[in-house]
Amino acid sequence: MIQFDFSTIAFFVFAVLTLGGALGVVTNRNLFRGTIWLMVSLFGVAGLYVLLSAPFLAAVQVLVYIGAIAILFTFAVMLTRSLTRLNVRYTRLWPSALGAVLLFAMLVIGVIWPVFGGNELYNQPISDVVRTTTDLGVALVSGEGYVLPFEVASILLTGAMIGAIVIARDADEEEMEQ
Amino acid sequence: MDCTGLCEVLTQGGTDPGLAQFLSILLGVLLVVTVPLITVIFLIWIERKIAARIQDRLGPNRVGPFGLLQTFADLIKLLAKEDITPASADRLLYNAAPLLSLAAVALIWAVVPYTPYHVGADLDIGALYFVAVASLGTLAIMIAGWASNNKYALLGAFRVVALLVSYEIPLVFALLVPVMLAGSMSMVDIIHAQSGMWFIFMAPLAGVLFFISSQAETGRAPFDLIEAESELVAGFNIEYSGMKFGMFFAAEFLHVFTNGVLITILFLGGWYFPGWQMPLIAFMWLGLKAFIPYFISLWIRNTVPRLRIDQVMKFNWFFLVPLSIVNVLILAFLVMVLKEIGWVPVDETGAMALAQAGFIELLPMTIVLFISNVLICVPIVNRLRRMGVEQRAAREQLRTQRAMAAGD
Repeated sequence: MIQFDFSTIAFFVFAVLTLGGALGVVTNRNLFRGTIWLMVSLFGVAGLYVLLSAPFLAAVQVLVYIGAIAILFTFAVMLTRSLTRLNVRYTRLWPSALGAVLLFAMLVIGVIWPVFGGNELYNQPISDVVRTTTDLGVALVSGEGYVLPFEVASILLTGAMIGAIVIARDADEEEMEQ
Repeated sequence: MDCTGLCEVLTQGGTDPGLAQFLSILLGVLLVVTVPLITVIFLIWIERKIAARIQDRLGPNRVGPFGLLQTFADLIKLLAKEDITPASADRLLYNAAPLLSLAAVALIWAVVPYTPYHVGADLDIGALYFVAVASLGTLAIMIAGWASNNKYALLGAFRVVALLVSYEIPLVFALLVPVMLAGSMSMVDIIHAQSGMWFIFMAPLAGVLFFISSQAETGRAPFDLIEAESELVAGFNIEYSGMKFGMFFAAEFLHVFTNGVLITILFLGGWYFPGWQMPLIAFMWLGLKAFIPYFISLWIRNTVPRLRIDQVMKFNWFFLVPLSIVNVLILAFLVMVLKEIGWVPVDETGAMALAQAGFIELLPMTIVLFISNVLICVPIVNRLRRMGVEQRAAREQLRTQRAMAAGD
């Protein structure tokens, strides 16, 4: 039985934000508004992270996804201004729609169904320990933790950044020659 | 969650414990929100008075004693004005943007420790929370610029977002320094770590970098590209009128003072002052100290001309960002070395614990860090001076050539 305390109410608020925002993204004809709905959805996810005792992840979610990536999205949308008022109906995407429905069905059956099955395993909290930011930092740089994936990701991102600079620079020089 | 203070009283009075807890939290939230909103009313008066004095004027002096009630008169005027929404604007987003703009600043106050005992929320990630919430302000400006459906508004928004996103980088790197010294991102821990020595003496360069980038974040002169009247008419808020326009401005005024408070917490020791830790007096110290950066900010705003967008961007990417990165690296290295020597106070687990040390114990560490900061500054100042001399010489040469050409 669900107990109606304040964290439950907060959970429902954030769940509505997440799902409502996601619905707004796919149903909106205006791409800019779609981006804003995406931010609402991402904000809801950040709220869910707080409820899961992961405040660091929540703050990073707001900072990186809403503060940086979504802002980039709005820039991209605005540079293609004709896309902000879409009149075309995309009706030939049935294979993709079918794929999305199948994926969702798999998620429902695989993840959500067992929780309702009265399985004792799912009634237990996964861990009582609330991890602090210090633990996260140690895990990222300690030899037993995630130092190798961390470094690999850093190199990947540096490579991507250098690649972007190289591409941007070549275009500039060609324009100047013309 | 524990139930103390007002919550305890309410529970003993027969209220349902859950409700009592909810009420006490609600009251706290209301107080935290009210303090900045009331502050901003008087901040507008203070700002106008200081600006007037710098420009050799009197400033508001008609409504109330010393013109104190001028802001209320302005407020009533703004509320009574016609509230126009342009016909082709995106109604929902157009109306949401001013709210989001003010909320982004007001939310920062949730983690501000007012006194040793009064803090909205002592988050474990306070500093990160500040950065995350402040980034919402960028979003508000973007939405306002787009939803107005006006070319000038959109151009203004582009410029502002470019400015804000760029200056967030040195801001975060400067913020990293107090976080690193305190060993915690919680605002309360950062203040406690400064009980013996304020961080402004250990890392003056970080303090200055934070101040410059926060000045840019508020969009004040010399970074006031937000409202370049000569080029963009008014910038992103051109279509706004009445109280919606007022909310953008309230957000800006409040943001300047909020930055003063943040600098106080991060670098000037928050409510710490030798021998004065009573709640009310501590609150007063926080306010008084916050006025130092606030006043300097107003001083710069009213005396320095506006920079061009390319100058602002160049200043950030070629000067502030590299400097802030070098600053963090050198500080981290020096703290590590000092720890090995044993000049840094540590707790039982071997972690840095500045909160437990007094003024005298922190003195050697502070001196080393201060000297390192000065040493970083010397070549930079030299280089800047050389660049200035070269540019002046080039301009002088150009002028002579032109004079000679005109003479022929």
